[in-house]
Amino acid sequence: MNTVTAPAEPTTPTPTKKSGGFTATASNYIDERTSISTAVKELGRKIFPDHWSFLLGEVALYSFVIILLSGTFLTFFFQASMAEVHYEGSYVPLKGIEMSAAMASTLDISFDVRGGLLMRQVHHWAALLFVASIGLHMLRIFFTGAFRKPRELNWVIGFVLFILAMAEGFTGYSLPDDLLSGNGLRIIDGMVKGIPVIGTWTSFLLFGGEFPGTDIVGRLYSLHILLLPAIILVLIALHLLFVVVHKHTQFSGPGRTQQNVVGYPILPVYAAKAGGFFFIVFGVVMLIASLFTINPVWNYGPYDPSPVSAGTQPDWYIGFADGVLRLAPSNWDIVLFDHTFSFGILIPLAVVGLFIVLVLIYPFIEGWITGDKREHHILDRPRNAATRTAIGSAGVTFYAVLWAAASSDIIATHFKVTMEGVIHTLQVLLFVGPVLAYFIAKRTCLALQKKDRSIALHGYESGRIVRLPGGEYIEVHEPVDEYERWNLVGHESYQPLMIRPNSRGRITVAQRTRAALSRWFFEDRIDPVTQGELESSHDHH
Amino acid sequence: MPKTPSPTARKSRKQGRRSPLATISLLAVGLLFTGGAFAAFSTSTASAETPAVVSAASVEDGKKLFQANCASCHGLDLEGTEDAPSLIGVGAAAVDFQVGTGRMPMQAHGPQAPVKPVQFTDDQIKSMAEYVATTAPGPGIPDESLLDGEGDVANGAELFRINCAMCHNVAGAGGALTEGKYAPALTGVAPEHIYEAMVTGPQNMPVFSDANLSPEEKRDVISALKFMEANPSPGGHTLGSLGPVAEGLFLWIFGLGSIVALTVWITARSN
Repeated sequence: MNTVTAPAEPTTPTPTKKSGGFTATASNYIDERTSISTAVKELGRKIFPDHWSFLLGEVALYSFVIILLSGTFLTFFFQASMAEVHYEGSYVPLKGIEMSAAMASTLDISFDVRGGLLMRQVHHWAALLFVASIGLHMLRIFFTGAFRKPRELNWVIGFVLFILAMAEGFTGYSLPDDLLSGNGLRIIDGMVKGIPVIGTWTSFLLFGGEFPGTDIVGRLYSLHILLLPAIILVLIALHLLFVVVHKHTQFSGPGRTQQNVVGYPILPVYAAKAGGFFFIVFGVVMLIASLFTINPVWNYGPYDPSPVSAGTQPDWYIGFADGVLRLAPSNWDIVLFDHTFSFGILIPLAVVGLFIVLVLIYPFIEGWITGDKREHHILDRPRNAATRTAIGSAGVTFYAVLWAAASSDIIATHFKVTMEGVIHTLQVLLFVGPVLAYFIAKRTCLALQKKDRSIALHGYESGRIVRLPGGEYIEVHEPVDEYERWNLVGHESYQPLMIRPNSRGRITVAQRTRAALSRWFFEDRIDPVTQGELESSHDHH
Repeated sequence: MPKTPSPTARKSRKQGRRSPLATISLLAVGLLFTGGAFAAFSTSTASAETPAVVSAASVEDGKKLFQANCASCHGLDLEGTEDAPSLIGVGAAAVDFQVGTGRMPMQAHGPQAPVKPVQFTDDQIKSMAEYVATTAPGPGIPDESLLDGEGDVANGAELFRINCAMCHNVAGAGGALTEGKYAPALTGVAPEHIYEAMVTGPQNMPVFSDANLSPEEKRDVISALKFMEANPSPGGHTLGSLGPVAEGLFLWIFGLGSIVALTVWITARSN
């Protein structure tokens, strides 16, 4: 290629320098055998728009890479066995104590393997960051409406990834067989046993007999390092493939349409930025892991079914499930036909299950209500989709109350209030909080829309008071520039769907429901500024 | 029963305020007054105690202090009132713990008496302890040999996890109880106070009698706690040893917070 494009250059006869050196030769060699240049050309010219919130998914991806790397290191030394041993490592307060091989090897990784403790902490902190960044990424997608057609399936894939990440986290949390993880497993065991008919059998199947048994660590290990990571990898690949297929969404702006993407190409700008960003994320995780203890199994000691530590909690991402159990009244056991039904467990399970399903299928629900079948590549500003933002806020509040409930005891001791007070307050908030959040968010969105509208029409208040020759005082409004105004007027406004009879001339219940929901969605709305309004407002100034 | 008083130990704790001769004479007087009575009444729970060194003068001081500071709630003859329990038989250990950690005198009624700045000098506390101990037998102030922190750390840590961690947390960071009560954090608590708490069961804590945890085992527990305190976490800052809640909060605020700040920096336009 070079020989064609630069024939005028006096080339030296040395073969290595003739065509641009080793790199060119090597890439040519590879290209001739794999035709990779077409892929590079295609991918390298992919455009990514620039916005900080578009990097959150990348953070998740990079944390996953960090988890894979550090986890591989840990597998070299971890023994997933519940065989009983006496700890003979170098941590004095556990010397001679009987424990499982899993716990002993975790302690060895922490105290006797060079760099082991750092790797454990990197692995665990990165896991927390992994799930947290997925959560934040998901919130960004939700509130900007990036899940709309054609991206509904990718939302589902992403949400399944979130669930799988939690499963990865929980299985990993349970592996060291320390007191904390044993307590966590005991709660899972209790929940499983609370399911009517199949509960006890499922628990026996899971633990290979009565809890805790001698199998569970080995089984969780297979899930943790083999099955779950494999599924996650495949889904991540699919998730990214969809991003490439759909192209990235972008915020509205001058020159940005549903048909184009404005941003930087992957090669060279974006690849460099993203590559650098990987090391930044790695650096942050390393820094945290080297300075802050996480999961000090040496404090917790080996698992023993009798002790439970105060302040026993799951990792943050399982907190909402722990919280829902804490908020359920404890006296909901009902005996029917000689069987005890523990509604204190069943109802929380149902609530969490329903919540998860609703989030999972939300794109389809919203799509059905709005009846919008068009493709959307321009993101909504959250304020311009008031009802969605309000629903999201209610969901976030619901989740946050459950989440807070998981730390009810810590809240009680640290804010010097009673535990019952915390629990009762949160029980009320679980129902009232989402409603409040819904209305506050919706009104805030509408108010912001009104503000946008008035800025678009009348400009900013400049704070400059001018006295006119006639003696009149006016405040000078500064008009927004055109680029900014685009953001204020560029969004679409939906109107509630009309009820229309179908082909057989009937109005079905489904249609009535849909119309009602659509009215709920779009009844309160501020129409964006029209061209006419804009022009007439300019005449005034 | 280690009834023989150990003057050297007493001396080191008293930091030489009295001359050795005075100590011996005090011992003699104290034994004369109370030794017989103690021997007759002492039960198995008192097996670990060293006899309080009691002097008539000190007991008299203690009585006055008690009447001035405690009697309004606990009664002039320690019989208790509606507001506060009887102190008959609580022993010197209970007084030393409650007053020595500042919990008593209580500032206000509440679910639990919190730790406050100590209101009395060591001597005054010991006088009150002696006064309370002379009225009826009860657990005494533990011997120095049980508080040296040289016990079996591994055994102590295991006993702590089994007996104490459900309220005090595995790392002794404290925990919540019902109705606003709580198990306090155990870091920075003097060994004698830990021991006294175990034998007297202050506030909401159960009594760990010598039949439950022998004096040697109590010594192990104290040793384990002191070991944890003296040896900082090998993993770095402990975030209060509160477990996953603190870790999650830290990750969201500082971990994800700094990451988001960095994403903003990376995508910031250079205009």
